[in-house]
Amino acid sequence: MTTTPSISGTELTHPQTQALLLKLTVLADDEIILAHRNGEWTGHAPILEEDIALANIAQDELGHAGLYLSLAQTLGGSDPDRVAFWRGPDDYRNTRLVELPKGDWAFTMVRQFLYDTAEALWLEAATRSTYAPLAEIAAKAVREEKFHVQHTALWVERLALGTPESERRTQAALTELWPYAAQLFQPVEGEAELTAAGILPDLNAVHARWTDLVTRHLVDKCGLTLPDAPTTQPGRDTHTEHLAPLLEEMQSVARQHPDAEVW
Amino acid sequence: MEDSTPSTVNLQPSTIWAALASVPDPEIPVVSITDMGMVRDVTVGDAGRVTVTFTPTFSGCPALHVIRESIEQAVRDLGVTDVEVRSTLTPPWTTDWIGDDARERLRQYGIAPPAPTGEGQLIQLDAEPTRCPRCGSLNVRMTASFGPTLCKRMYVCDTCREPFEGFKSV
Repeated sequence: MTTTPSISGTELTHPQTQALLLKLTVLADDEIILAHRNGEWTGHAPILEEDIALANIAQDELGHAGLYLSLAQTLGGSDPDRVAFWRGPDDYRNTRLVELPKGDWAFTMVRQFLYDTAEALWLEAATRSTYAPLAEIAAKAVREEKFHVQHTALWVERLALGTPESERRTQAALTELWPYAAQLFQPVEGEAELTAAGILPDLNAVHARWTDLVTRHLVDKCGLTLPDAPTTQPGRDTHTEHLAPLLEEMQSVARQHPDAEVW
Repeated sequence: MEDSTPSTVNLQPSTIWAALASVPDPEIPVVSITDMGMVRDVTVGDAGRVTVTFTPTFSGCPALHVIRESIEQAVRDLGVTDVEVRSTLTPPWTTDWIGDDARERLRQYGIAPPAPTGEGQLIQLDAEPTRCPRCGSLNVRMTASFGPTLCKRMYVCDTCREPFEGFKSV
């Protein structure tokens, strides 16, 4: 996690800096937690190619987290490794969507599809950020994300149109995950001001594009049924019981060897 | 190096570019980091300070620190003591920067070179066509959209029956 943007960028006001720090942290937290869940398939995926694919995807997501946290560091945030490995569940701001246990293959693929499409569309919009360092990160990450979208869109299609068993599992995964996915479009405190300044994408516009894209794929192409999403969702400070054990495992090596420099 | 006094060697950027052209890509050693287009800028300052700017291929590439160290060492091997290696994300790396000569070496190595990225939309669900690096057939199937490294995918050729790796077009 050492790559930093070369341009320090436009001047931000203090409230803008604080809001952007929070936004970068929530973006990174989603990437880190989902990468860990995907990493749990390593050695366990249904076929070798998919074992490799999910590890690749996880590696990309961690790369994106590294970009966000390195930028956060230039704005006064802590060292990226510190942020990843030394915060507990009360301080993580990931969505509940990404912390749910990996479930079966359909659950993992549907979640990844919902997440990747949201991430790709958000990044695509963020390439037009007036804050140059963020626009640079988005331009980099969106090129990687398009491969995730291609991959997971195909898997969801294959599972939904496969056998009655795979269709049943895919629909069950979508029914469970859909309400959680809405949480990806909750703004952080101060986000409206950053959006007004053109620093962050308009989250409502991204949400509308996402709903359109995933509806076309999941409903029109794959024949799945979208459940109703709840009108309100708890915030990113509310977690399920699944986050604490995930962090305990993910952070165990770093915490046992706090002085380690070479892994 | 027998003399480690502050750099009195005053090199031309072209000399440094030539040295960097011999630094192999850690994951695909038939091409160099300059073949890959990863080295974006080389400057020589007044006091002989050399600054090399490079860009990562993929943000999660685990070889970044190796590349950074290799760049620094290659410049030091020219007798330069003051070296700075910077990374940049802009413009983002693209496989379009891989030159024709390097594409041919990739093909001979058994890796299908990347297709041109084109000017199309970034968010699309269809992949680009790929040719078998051994027999040149377009009658190929992607067997895995991710491969042993972040920049490659797995294919099999239905004409010559050989499996092969192909570069993603990024």
